[in-house]
Amino acid sequence: MSSGVTGYLVLLGVGVAGAVLFGAAMISRRLLAPRAPGLAKLTTYESGVDPVQGGWAQTHFRYITYAFLYVIFAVDAVYLFPWALVLRDHSLGVASLVEMAIFVVVVLVGLLHAARRGLLTWGTRSDDH
Amino acid sequence: MNDFVEIVIRSVCVLAAFLVLPLLVGQTEHKVMGHMQGRLGPMEAGGFHGWAQLIADGVKFAQKEDIVPLAADKRVFRIAPALGIVAYLLALAVIPFGPHFYGANVPGSLVWLLAIGGIGTLGTLMAGWSSGNKYSLLGGMRTAAQLVSYELPLILVCASFAIAAGSLSLVGIAHAWNPWWLIWQLPGALVFLVAATAELQRPPFDMPVADSELVMGPFTEYTGLRFALFLLAEYAGIVVMSFLLAALWLGAWAGPLPDSLGWLWMLIKGGIFAFVIIWIRVAWPRLREDQLQRVAWLGLVPIALLQLAITAVGVVVTSR
Repeated sequence: MSSGVTGYLVLLGVGVAGAVLFGAAMISRRLLAPRAPGLAKLTTYESGVDPVQGGWAQTHFRYITYAFLYVIFAVDAVYLFPWALVLRDHSLGVASLVEMAIFVVVVLVGLLHAARRGLLTWGTRSDDH
Repeated sequence: MNDFVEIVIRSVCVLAAFLVLPLLVGQTEHKVMGHMQGRLGPMEAGGFHGWAQLIADGVKFAQKEDIVPLAADKRVFRIAPALGIVAYLLALAVIPFGPHFYGANVPGSLVWLLAIGGIGTLGTLMAGWSSGNKYSLLGGMRTAAQLVSYELPLILVCASFAIAAGSLSLVGIAHAWNPWWLIWQLPGALVFLVAATAELQRPPFDMPVADSELVMGPFTEYTGLRFALFLLAEYAGIVVMSFLLAALWLGAWAGPLPDSLGWLWMLIKGGIFAFVIIWIRVAWPRLREDQLQRVAWLGLVPIALLQLAITAVGVVVTSR
C-alpha cells in the first residue's frame, strides 16, 4: 500500500467489480433463460391455492421488542470499539474500565428487566402484551 | 498510474477469490452432507464422486425462467439479490491472508466488515418485503428479528477481540495475536460461531427459510439466476464468517511454516470453520422462533458481555 487512501480506493474498485458481476449475471440470464410469461405463472405463490387478499399484511407486534433491545445494545457496542484503542493507555486504562463496567451493567439490568417481564418468552402467559 | 493498476489488480483478485471460495464451500457441502446423511444423489453427476454436481446446478439455474410476480414491488424485487453478493464481496476484500496478502487494508477493517455485512442482510429483507407474498413477508420478519438479535453477540465478541489486540484493523489484530488467545478468547469464539451460523440463517437457525412452514421464506418467489445469487451470497457468507473467525481467534497466518506460506494456514483454518458450519447443519434440528430468540438474548449476549469483561480486565492487568 503506497498511501493511506489506496485501501479505500481498492474497496471502491471491489464495489464496482461487484456491480459488474451482478450486471453480467443479469445479462447472461437474459440471454440464456427462456421467456414464456403467463398469468398463472405470474400469480403470487400460495402453495397452489389462489392467493387470498394481498401479500403485504400486518404481522406480530412481538418482533418490535427485539428491535428496541437491539437499538439499546447497538449504541453500547458503538462505544466499545473506540474504547478498544484507549484501554492500554496508562492514564485512561483503569478509569475507563470502571466507567465501562458501570455503563454495561446498567444496560444489562435493562435486559434482565425485559426478561423478568416476560418479553423474551412467548405464549405461556395469558396476559401476553 | 501505478496505483491505478494496483487497484484494478486487487479488485479483480478479490472478485476471483469471491467466485472460487464460495463454490468450493458449496461443493464441500454437497459432498460432506452426502456422506454424513448417506445420500447418493450428490455422488452421480459427472461420474467420479459426483464432481460435476455444482456445474450441473449452475446450468440448471441459468436455464430457468426468470419470474417477477405481478404483485411484487418489481424494482426492489429485481435489485435485492445484488445487495447480498456485493456486501459479502466488500467484506471479503478486507480479510487478510498474510501480513501483506489482502485485498484492501484500511485502519478500521473490522468495523468496515461488520457494517457492510449488515447491509447484506438488507437484501434478504428487501426480498421478503417486495415479493408481495405472505410466506416471503413472514420470512422477512423472522429474518429481521433474527438478524438484529444475533448481530449483537457477534459485534460484542468482535469488540472483545479488538480490545484484546488494541486495534480495529484485522491485520493489526492478527499481528497482536498470541497462542494464549486460544483459551483467553475461547468463550468469545464459541459465541461467534453460534451467532455467525444464525446470521447466515443456516440450520439450526434457519427459521426464516423454514421449508416446512414458509416454503423458502423471503426467497419463495425467486427463480433461476436471481435465486442462485442468494445461494451464492449464503456460501460467500460462510466464507467471510469462517475466515473472519480464523483471522480473529486463530491469528490468521500464524503457523510454524515461514510467513510466505501464511496464506496456506489461513486457508486451512478458515476451511476448518467452514466445515464445522456445514457439520452443524447436518447435526442439529431447527429451533422454534421464540427459542431462537431466547438463545440469543439470554444465552449469547450474557456470555459475550462476560467475555468482554474478561478481556478488558486481562488487558488492564497485563499492560500495567
